[in-house]
Amino acid sequence: MATVSPSDTTGSSREAAIASAELSAKTRARRRYALVIALRLAILAVFLGLWEIGAEAGIIDPFFFSSPSGIWDQTWSWITEGTSQGPLWEQIYVTLEETFIGFLIGAVCGVIAGIILGRNRLLADVFSIYIKIANSVPRVVLGSVFIIALGLGMASKVALAFVMVFFVVFANAFQGVREADRAMIANAQILGASPYQITRTVIIPSAMSWILASLHVSFGFALVGAVVGEFLGAKKGMGLLISTAQGAFNANGVFSAMIILAVMALVVEFIITQIENRLVKWRPAPFNEQGT
Amino acid sequence: MNVETAAARKVAPDALAKDAVIAIDDVTLRFTTPDGHMMTALRDFTMTVARGEFACVVGPTGCGKSTTLNLVTSLLRPTTGTVRVMGAPVESISPDIGFVFQADALFPWRNVIDNVAAGPTYRGVPKREAYARARDWIARVGLARFETHYPHQLSGGMRKRVALAQTFINQPKILLMDEPFSALDIQTRTLMQDELLKLWTDLKSSVVFVTHDLEEAIALADKVYVLTAGPGTVKSVYQIDLPRPRVMADIRYDAQFVEIARVIWNDLREEVQIGQRRALASGN
Repeated sequence: MATVSPSDTTGSSREAAIASAELSAKTRARRRYALVIALRLAILAVFLGLWEIGAEAGIIDPFFFSSPSGIWDQTWSWITEGTSQGPLWEQIYVTLEETFIGFLIGAVCGVIAGIILGRNRLLADVFSIYIKIANSVPRVVLGSVFIIALGLGMASKVALAFVMVFFVVFANAFQGVREADRAMIANAQILGASPYQITRTVIIPSAMSWILASLHVSFGFALVGAVVGEFLGAKKGMGLLISTAQGAFNANGVFSAMIILAVMALVVEFIITQIENRLVKWRPAPFNEQGT
Repeated sequence: MNVETAAARKVAPDALAKDAVIAIDDVTLRFTTPDGHMMTALRDFTMTVARGEFACVVGPTGCGKSTTLNLVTSLLRPTTGTVRVMGAPVESISPDIGFVFQADALFPWRNVIDNVAAGPTYRGVPKREAYARARDWIARVGLARFETHYPHQLSGGMRKRVALAQTFINQPKILLMDEPFSALDIQTRTLMQDELLKLWTDLKSSVVFVTHDLEEAIALADKVYVLTAGPGTVKSVYQIDLPRPRVMADIRYDAQFVEIARVIWNDLREEVQIGQRRALASGN
């Protein structure tokens, strides 16, 4: 048996080749990113441009479908002069407050109920049928009930946001608890964990990614709950703003309020993502986000 | 069948040994499958492990090897027969037991030191002491520079080292291992076997090590239990008298080792074939 060595090439030329390959790969990645951004902006510009031109030329009737400049004028006047029911900021604040309170109570109750039922077979078997029934009721309809029972104030909107959020978070927390790894639970048990310690240190962390995923969706639901609640009857809020604009055949107002709501949802979504990243820092970064 | 060599003696399983740490006596275990059939996992199974003894259980796939470990932890109860740990019937999970799983059972949301400190923390050891002990055990398995790494940042072999430290920190008198190294590549596995023997020599605990790898079993064990194709029962027990300390990388070329492997493999082979035939016939 003779040992053979791989043939040697000069080290320095190889390193230079690697460095230049790395450099060109980086440049390609940067160019591609710039291209994506440019295409996104181009699509937005074309869409808004066609809408505006169509409205000017009379192909799209701005009375029904508004126009970008009309929406902008409306938004600007709301910002500078306030709305018919008071300053714009107040409307945003009221809607956000209802959304957040409903979202928080709904999420907390959903997580607690999901963990309790997920950990207890008997309770899960007994209650699963009722939860299925409650979940199949179109919940927006409950808005009318809440307005009748709780009045035009904040409570009815919070209640509607709550029911919108609760079931989504509950279902995910329940599933997350059920999916907790058997071997991991057995490991904790043998290491000496009590049932409470298992719930706190194994079940809840492993259900966390399920719960966080549901929070993304359910914040949107909470916002819908609050806005629909205001729509059905309120003294303040973005929903009332929309229904007032609708009553006055003000398409600009409806679109403008819609865009303001979308911006609110995006900002909160961003904040939730930041919190999520902090909470689950133990998770490996998805491959496509590495190195950016 | 009764071939004997100098280093491997066939011995009778004896459930009444006085110094037994684990005594499984004539246990039969039946399950009811979801579609209502009775399935026998273990039949008339008898096994004893003495203080400080390293016992390996080998057998064909699906013969109930892992079931024997769950009997000792109390996660499974025998249908008939008795299981005694440290002389007392098994009621609940004994604090003297440590368990190393086949799958990755580390907590992925905890870094290495938090994982290793989990055992003492669960058992009420003050945090400062638990972490001091964890640091010591992490150093013993050679991961001192990885204390704050998360499991996903470690290789399979490193994760197994963490799992060993996590188990050994509780200083278990009984160590149960369910094919712990089967997912590792062969080089890493050899290193981990050496690591395990080193830790075991220091701790002097009794070990039940389940594996499908006969050579691994012979290299590690004092006693090898060969099980029949399911329902599992003890086919034969071999006492392995290879001298210790053993070096895993060299032992497989040892003439005595090769001879022992040949003898036990003759015994195991027909069970493996039966198991294989049955699996193919059942269409699973």
